[in-house]
Amino acid sequence: MATQTTAVVDRTVHAPRGRVFDVVKEWLTTVDHKKIGLMYIGYALIFLLIAGVEALMMRIQLAVPNNHFVSPQTFNQLFTMHGTTMVFFAGMPILFGFGNYLVPLMIGARDMAFPRLNAFSFWISAFGGFLLYYSYFGGSGMYGAGSAPDVGWFAYAPLTARVFSPGHSTDYWTLSILVSGVGSIGTALNIVATILCMRCPGMKMNRLPLLAWLYLVTSGLVFVTISPLTAAQIMLMLDRYLGAHFFDTQAGGSAVLWMHFFWIFGHPEVYILVLPAFGFASEIIPVFSRKAIFGYPAMVAATVGIGFISLTVWAHHMFTVGLGAPGNAFFTFSTMVISVPTGIKVFNWLATLWGGKIHFEVPMLFSLGFLFQFVVAGLTGIMLSVSPFDWQLGSSYFVVAHFHYVLVGAIVFMIFAAFYYWYPKMTGRMLDKKLGQWHFWLFLIGFHVTFDLMHIPGLLGMPRRIYTYEADRGWAGLNMAVSIGGAIQGIATLIFVYNLVHSYFKGKEAGADPWDAWTLEWSTASPPPAYNFAETPTVESRRPLWDLKHPNDPDSKYEG
Amino acid sequence: MSNVATIPHSAVGEWKQPSKGVVGMACLIIAEASIFIIFIVAYLYYAGKSLSGPTPHEVLELPIFTSICLISSSITVHFAGSALHHGKRNATSLWLALTVLLGGIFLVGTGQEWYQLIYHDGLTISTNLFGTTFYSLVGLHASHVIVGLIMLSLSLIFSLTGQMTSAHSEKLEVLSLYWHFVDAVWIVVFLVVYVFCR
Ligand code: HEM
Ligand SMILES: [Cu+2]
Repeated sequence: MATQTTAVVDRTVHAPRGRVFDVVKEWLTTVDHKKIGLMYIGYALIFLLIAGVEALMMRIQLAVPNNHFVSPQTFNQLFTMHGTTMVFFAGMPILFGFGNYLVPLMIGARDMAFPRLNAFSFWISAFGGFLLYYSYFGGSGMYGAGSAPDVGWFAYAPLTARVFSPGHSTDYWTLSILVSGVGSIGTALNIVATILCMRCPGMKMNRLPLLAWLYLVTSGLVFVTISPLTAAQIMLMLDRYLGAHFFDTQAGGSAVLWMHFFWIFGHPEVYILVLPAFGFASEIIPVFSRKAIFGYPAMVAATVGIGFISLTVWAHHMFTVGLGAPGNAFFTFSTMVISVPTGIKVFNWLATLWGGKIHFEVPMLFSLGFLFQFVVAGLTGIMLSVSPFDWQLGSSYFVVAHFHYVLVGAIVFMIFAAFYYWYPKMTGRMLDKKLGQWHFWLFLIGFHVTFDLMHIPGLLGMPRRIYTYEADRGWAGLNMAVSIGGAIQGIATLIFVYNLVHSYFKGKEAGADPWDAWTLEWSTASPPPAYNFAETPTVESRRPLWDLKHPNDPDSKYEG
Repeated sequence: MSNVATIPHSAVGEWKQPSKGVVGMACLIIAEASIFIIFIVAYLYYAGKSLSGPTPHEVLELPIFTSICLISSSITVHFAGSALHHGKRNATSLWLALTVLLGGIFLVGTGQEWYQLIYHDGLTISTNLFGTTFYSLVGLHASHVIVGLIMLSLSLIFSLTGQMTSAHSEKLEVLSLYWHFVDAVWIVVFLVVYVFCR
């Protein structure tokens, strides 16, 4: 076992700074996984801001009773566009962006398995987002004034039938999701092939960084989850354009079948979004606890378990339809079972923190927020999995509070953590710590004001998706508070965006390994050269950089 | 310009990983299979639920000959692959041509069946639930056959012009995986549409 440490000179040829046109052309035609990853992230951030503005407009409308800030029609469009954008054009691309950027670096590869497919997937997803927003201009047909879809993000039949949704707005919705689904499957395929076929020598599957494992399972879920949605969207198109009757109750079709098809996609989709966030947590928490992750094999097993179980729970979104006793029992049971592997993960993260030397850097602050909030969200999830309880609270603001607790409290928090952690690698500069702390605390306060309180109007009977409400319902004060919390989160996000821009020019130089971390991406320059590694690395344990820094006490001595 | 430490170099035994073409195709097949499953579920769910005629029993005939053609094309494409592997270029072209021919016969058969159904039996996609689910499921499969035939014809052209050598045998292997999948789906569609639900 000859072990040697070599200093490698970055041999990138730095061409003289090109004109704007050259730079644009380079980005438009690139097949480099890092550039594509960054484009995914940038594109997702734009949509995150757009959908965030939509959310704030809804909150202004709901802040006081009998408000007329927007019309009922606009309100319906707002929640449809907000939900669709956040799931398909903010959440998915931002996670794929980080995956694209990080997975090849973490497994010691030169690029993704299929670079051109990678570029194709990105551009077709981007086109999907464009189509969705083009509905604002083309929704009523080329000559009309245009309008956005207003059928809700799950677009239940028969609302989507031609009679109830004339014009093209629903078609833009369908097409945008179909098209971006193609991109998602392409990228997922690429990630799986990269992880299985492009690992550097010595990177056995049981040495794979947990983030790569999480992306592997997420991508596997994409195949069996996005595809049913694609199939359902094709059926909807056939109904709307060729007069087919899949969801046409007049001709014997079934509206409930659409619900099944949608949620067969919809529930695993939420796990597609949360698993990469678990991946970030599994990388960040150990580094800032200065300990190796606790229970690596259990983490992997729990991840795979979550992947499988999440395919069996979809009808918990349909308890109020009336599933019959066996259906209710089965889906209540399977939904509760999924909290077992999820709990294993939470305990492993806690055990990693336990006895660690915790560094409260900004990525760690967000990760700790994630841990706490994810547990709370899981608990309201288990409450909703009890079907009689759900009959009371289904379609109320309690549900909205539950899933935003996961989507914002867990996923968005971990995305922020990932930005603070990997931004130095991507740009070569640290994000400003002071601004980061302001961002964290403001966002934390705003989050809890909004989403803790939002459970209460739900319990008091406030239905979701209502445009306004009467003053005598007893929800008014709560709704005002919820809206104020939303504004605080908005301000925090602006601080974050400012930090991104400011630190790009003025941030502290990061160097290759600012966090004293252990995975391969920190062994190359920040930002990494086009070829990633001057020499293909070889690894002997799960923490190759630890081995490098502690040649007398390498991990490989302890890992089985 | 920066100096960067790399990772220790050490002798790692033989380092083998699966072929990325095969893995990629396997992923695509899983995704495609999920799409087909949804269409098949819809077909089964709506079987016998049409509010008006014609019914499958009245109008469908078993497409035995064309099905045999399609299934045997799985065998011919396999022979094309192994011929290429052994560097026998003429045999490769021959087997590929046969595969395209057999697939083409299947497609023509589907076309004739649809013509019959539309013009003589008056069944279109909007007639009833049977028409809706039948045309979409069989059509989805046929569109996969078309894609496969285009790819196979391209391979045939490359083989005839001598641009395809045994170095490409893995690529042909990946394509034939796809073709096997299309054939396997047909067996399921055949059983569901023409046997169980007729
Ligand atoms: C232990 C974990 C969880 C359990 C037991 C659980 C349970 C539930 C249940 C029963 C519902 C249906 C409520 C209703 O519509 O009446 C629901 C809704 C929802 N959950 Fe969860 N959940 C869990 C975790 C998650 C995670 C991790 C996410 C996201 C990443 C998530 C996102 C959602 C969303 C988006 C909805 C509502 C969709 C809609 O109606 O528009 N949940 N959850
Ligand atoms: Cu769910």
